[in-house]
Formats: sequence, C-alpha cells, structure tokens
Amino acid sequence: MTDQFPATQRTLEKSPTGISGFDEISGGGLPKGRPSLICGGAGCGKTLFSMEFLVNGIRQYDEPGVFMAFEETREDLTKNTSSLGFELDALVQQGKLIVDHVSIERSELEQAGDYDLDGLFVRLGYAIKKVGAKRVVLDTIEVLFNALGDSQILRAELRRLFTWLKSQGVTAIITGERGDGTLTRYGVEEYVSDCVILLDHRVENQMSIRRVRIVKYRGSTHGTDEYPFLIDETGFSVLPVTSVGLNYPVSAERISSGIPRLDAMLDGKGFYRASTIMVSGTGGSGKSTLAAHFVDAAAGRGEKCLYFSFEESPSQIIRNMSSIGIDLQQWVDAGLLQFRNVRPTMYSMEMHLAVLHKAIREYNPQVVIMDPITNFNNISNTNESRALITRLIDFLKSRGITALFTSLTSAGEAAEQSGIEISSIVDAWLLVRNVEFNGERNRVMYILKARGMAHSNQVCEFQITNNGIQLVDAYLGSAGVLTGSARLAQEARERDEELAMQQRLELQQLQLERKRLSIEAQIAALQSELEVERSEIQLLLDQDRRRRQSAEQFTNSMMAMRNMTIEGVNTTSSHEQTEGASS
Amino acid sequence: MDDESGCSDSKEQFEQALQQQHTQRYVLKLYVTGQTIRSIAAIAAIRAVCEQHLQGRYEFQVIDITRHPQLAEGERIVAAPTLIKELPLPLRRLVGDMSNEEKVLLGLDLMPKE
Repeated sequence: MTDQFPATQRTLEKSPTGISGFDEISGGGLPKGRPSLICGGAGCGKTLFSMEFLVNGIRQYDEPGVFMAFEETREDLTKNTSSLGFELDALVQQGKLIVDHVSIERSELEQAGDYDLDGLFVRLGYAIKKVGAKRVVLDTIEVLFNALGDSQILRAELRRLFTWLKSQGVTAIITGERGDGTLTRYGVEEYVSDCVILLDHRVENQMSIRRVRIVKYRGSTHGTDEYPFLIDETGFSVLPVTSVGLNYPVSAERISSGIPRLDAMLDGKGFYRASTIMVSGTGGSGKSTLAAHFVDAAAGRGEKCLYFSFEESPSQIIRNMSSIGIDLQQWVDAGLLQFRNVRPTMYSMEMHLAVLHKAIREYNPQVVIMDPITNFNNISNTNESRALITRLIDFLKSRGITALFTSLTSAGEAAEQSGIEISSIVDAWLLVRNVEFNGERNRVMYILKARGMAHSNQVCEFQITNNGIQLVDAYLGSAGVLTGSARLAQEARERDEELAMQQRLELQQLQLERKRLSIEAQIAALQSELEVERSEIQLLLDQDRRRRQSAEQFTNSMMAMRNMTIEGVNTTSSHEQTEGASS
Repeated sequence: MDDESGCSDSKEQFEQALQQQHTQRYVLKLYVTGQTIRSIAAIAAIRAVCEQHLQGRYEFQVIDITRHPQLAEGERIVAAPTLIKELPLPLRRLVGDMSNEEKVLLGLDLMPKE
C-alpha cells in the first residue's frame, strides 16, 4: 500500500507526519524543510493535524517542534488535545516543544506608518533555536490580516516569512481558513507553493463527512483523490481507500466453512483463504447462522475474527447462536472473536469504512464478517456503497483476510442479485433461500459461484437444528426439486414403490423356480421313457441276433445232414453263373 | 439641585482629567529589530514627539529584541517597530515606523479625537 506513490523521494526528502494513512497518500509525508499549507473551514481539524504532526515528530522521529498559536492559548490547546493523549505540558517541560501564543488585539493596536513582521521572525527564530526545532506550525496566520489592517504590507511580509522558514531548514505547517471560492480567505496559498492540503468537513444527508485532499505537492507524486479521515480518541487517521491495487498475493490454502457437507460441496475443501465470500438471501434464511458457523470454525483453528454487526448486539448474536449449539462466547473469552456493532445510520458511508479500516488495522484479524453489508444502502446510494465496498474488499485481500459478507435480498428482488451489486467482485457466492411449497417454507442453499474450484451444482436443503446447520440432499427427480415434507412424502412414495417392485420380483422368481422344477421333472420322465424304449430295442436286437444264430446253426446242420461238400456247391453255382452270362 | 450637583461633579472630573492630560507621566517603550531603516525612523519620530509634547514628563526606552528575543514573547511583539505606551493607562500599541505623526499623536492621546 505504501508503494502506491513510490519514491521520487530521492530528489525530495520528506518529513513523515506519523498520521496513519496520510503518509501513504502523500508518499512519505510533508516536504522536508519547506512550508506546507493546510487549509479548510472552521472545525475541520487543521489545528489537530498540525499538532499531531508536531507531537509525532517529537515522539517518533525525535524532531522538536514549535507551535505558534494565533488563536488558542497554550492552556486551551493543552486541554483540547489532552483527550488524545498528547500531554503538551510534559513535552514542553522536556524541552521538546514550545507553544507560543501570539495574541494580537486589534483594539489596542494602531498602525502608524510602515512596519514589518520582524518581531514574529525574532520570536520564531528564538523558539526554534531554543529547542532545536525541526518542525514549526503557524496556526492560523491569517489572524494577522484581521489584526493588522494593511494587507499589502502583510502579503509582502508573508512571502518573506515563508522564504525565511525555508532558510531555517524547518518543515513548517501554515494553516489557513478557507475562503469563499478560494483555498484561504486571504490567498495565502499564493505564497506557499510547495504543498497545499485541503481538509474538508461537510454534511451530506445529515451525515458529517471529513475528507482530505492533497491539492498540490510540488516535486512529488501523490494521491489526488479525496480521502475520508477520522478524528477519534487516538487522533487523526486518513483512510487511504483508493491507494490499493489489484496486485495482492493469493493463497491456495483452503479453509473450512464450518459445515462439513458444505465443504464437500466446495470441492471437499471449503473456501480459499483471503477470498471474499458472500451469502445472500432473504430475511430469516439463515445467513447469520452460516456466518456464525464460519466464525466458529475459524476461531476453532485459532484465528482471530472480527465480526461487524450492523443490526444485532453482540449479546443477542451470542444468545441466538448458542440456541442452535454454536458457542461464540468461548471465542470472545479467548480473545479470538471481537464484535463491533455500529448502526449504519451512525456515520456516513466513508466514515464507516474509515472505522472498519481502523478496527481491522488495530485488531489484525484473519477473518472478517460483515452482517449485513446491504445496510449501507440505507445511508448512501448503491453506486457509492459499491465503490466503497470494493475498496474495502481490496484492502481485506491485500491483508490476506478472509471476508464473509451477508447480503439481504428483499422480497421481490431478483435472488441472484446482491443488494449492492458486488456479485462480480466476490469470489464465492452462496445463495440461501426459502422455498415455499405445499404449505411450508424450507431452506435451501446452493453455490452460485466459487472461483477456482470445482463445486457442486446441487440445490441442498438445510435445516437449522440444535446442532447448527445440517444439510440434507434435496429431492431431485421427475417431480422437480422437493423439500421438507414434500420431500419426505416423495421419499415414502418411492420406498413403497420399490417395495412393491421387489415383491413382484420375488414372486416372479418363485414362479420361475417352480417352472424349472416342473420342467426338470418332465425331463426326468422323458428320460426314463427313453430308457425303456432303448431297452426294448435292445431286446429286439438281441432276439434278432439269437434268431440269426439259430438260423445259421440250422443251415449248417442241414448242410451237414445233406453231406454236401462245400466245393460241390461252389462248382454248381459257378456253372450256373457262366450259363446265365452267355445266354 | 441634586441633578445639577451631579452634573457639576462629572464636569469637574472631566476638567480634572483635562488638566492631568498635560501633567501625566508617560512611559513609552519602543521595540525594534536592530538598526533597520524603520527602526531608526521610528526612534527619531518618537523622540521628536516626546520633546515636543511631553517635555520633562516622559520615559522612553528603546529595546532591540534581536538582542533580547525572550522579551518579544512576553511583550507579545509581532510587528516591528512596536511602540507600547505603558503609562498612562490604557495600554496602547502602535506599529510602524511612526511616520504618520497624526496617528502617533492619536495613539498617545496627545490630540483630542474629533
């Protein structure tokens, strides 16, 4: 993030302000050894910015400072900044800081001839020398114009003052009241040509918004946008919202959603670390419960979670989640879970983001929940919320934080549309919805998108039970998607049908067996018949053979009885053959 | 009667004040920053005024704040030269090289305002 406006600092040395965020947008701070102008309307934080610049200089960079106050007395300044922990008195006693109150009463001042501001130079020079100051603040120099009438002399003197400040080698801040159509009422910006910073405090839709813009920074690149900033109990902090690019590293690590079956739908491993997950759905569809599961799982792994709740108080969330078996209190006690509760209407959009930014920077969580983001629409238009959520997502990603946003879809809105149209920039999108059918509402969930992983395309029914969310496979069949009792009825019907089918099959099997048995019996009967027939034939053959044998024996015995030689028979028969042939 | 006497009382006081104007002691301090043209001009101008109007009843001190810078903060000096009329009260400050004599006399209550 600090690399956003990188070093031309080799040529231009800078003096870090130590104000969180400002050094990032200005590429390292104010121009060292030169005067800078900070202008803005009344109550926009000019004095605070300058004082923080000095105090940080003393505490963090060991650069003593001189604060020349034209408006407030030292006592007032000390009192006003003590709530920020500045302890000016202590710094003055250490000899690190001089607060010089320059009071000029017009009523007791008369101008008689030409004058110069040498008195001021002498005082300032003396103070600078006394503490060895490197940083000087003149707040607000324009008071001089009110007190000393002759503006022509003053202008010349101011020019001389700034040149003189440069020659002293101090980094100076001059504050100026914003004028009508000009940066400062008396055009001081003409003389301070190196760096001009504009602080703005405006009210839009009854919301106060503080913004800072670097109007001009000679010899340095800088952020040119208006950046929101915060003034709170720790002082000034600028939100460098746009100084985030798309060049953050990504993680291949996967983390559980806290619901095993949901992990199974997500390629069996869950979400990617540092990804942005959106859970959208209508009211009462279980978005917060999903978020609670996610928190429970993350804290269980020992990761720190920051839960921004825009609707419920922490105790309410803890109570509600404990009723479904998710004990969040243990993680709060273990310091792994922090709740931040803000009503969306409390600040403007940008202030919210500044607050979120600050909280994230302070707590340094691994997981951030925002429940629900759509509430931002209450305080700004969709475009604005979208732009700022985008910046927030970039910021979270750059810090490797896994974020889960819930998004409320109002009735009548298209379900596949997130309330603030950030669907394209989230990495995973779970849609939960109520299916109203057959006189009951049932919860279903599906993964609309999950970048970089194979994910289930199934609509899953889930129930919120005493043990949290339980996923049930929804009935998917010829009758469409059925859930709840319709699913149960359909399942019962299918069971019956199956039973009947089974019984039919069994019956058929039985019949077949019987048929087989009867055929086998028939085969046995036929075989025995065949056997009988075969033995009959055998008998006949035997009889025939025996008859032949006896006939042969009879012939032989007849021949023997007739005493006929075998040759004689043969001769006779050969004669008969020859005669027959010749005739 | 009472009213008249009240009137005459305030009238007397006024007369007294007028009388005093010519007898009051003046304490003047001029803060300058070294030997600049303006410093020299202012010193000369104030000296002349004093000699002319306050002879014998004035105290005039020139302080170079480049030598005594710590005095500058205490006396709330911004512009130079600065003349501070410490006495008679009220305290009054004049800035500039005192070239505008009319303004100087006005500032020092040495000329009745019209």
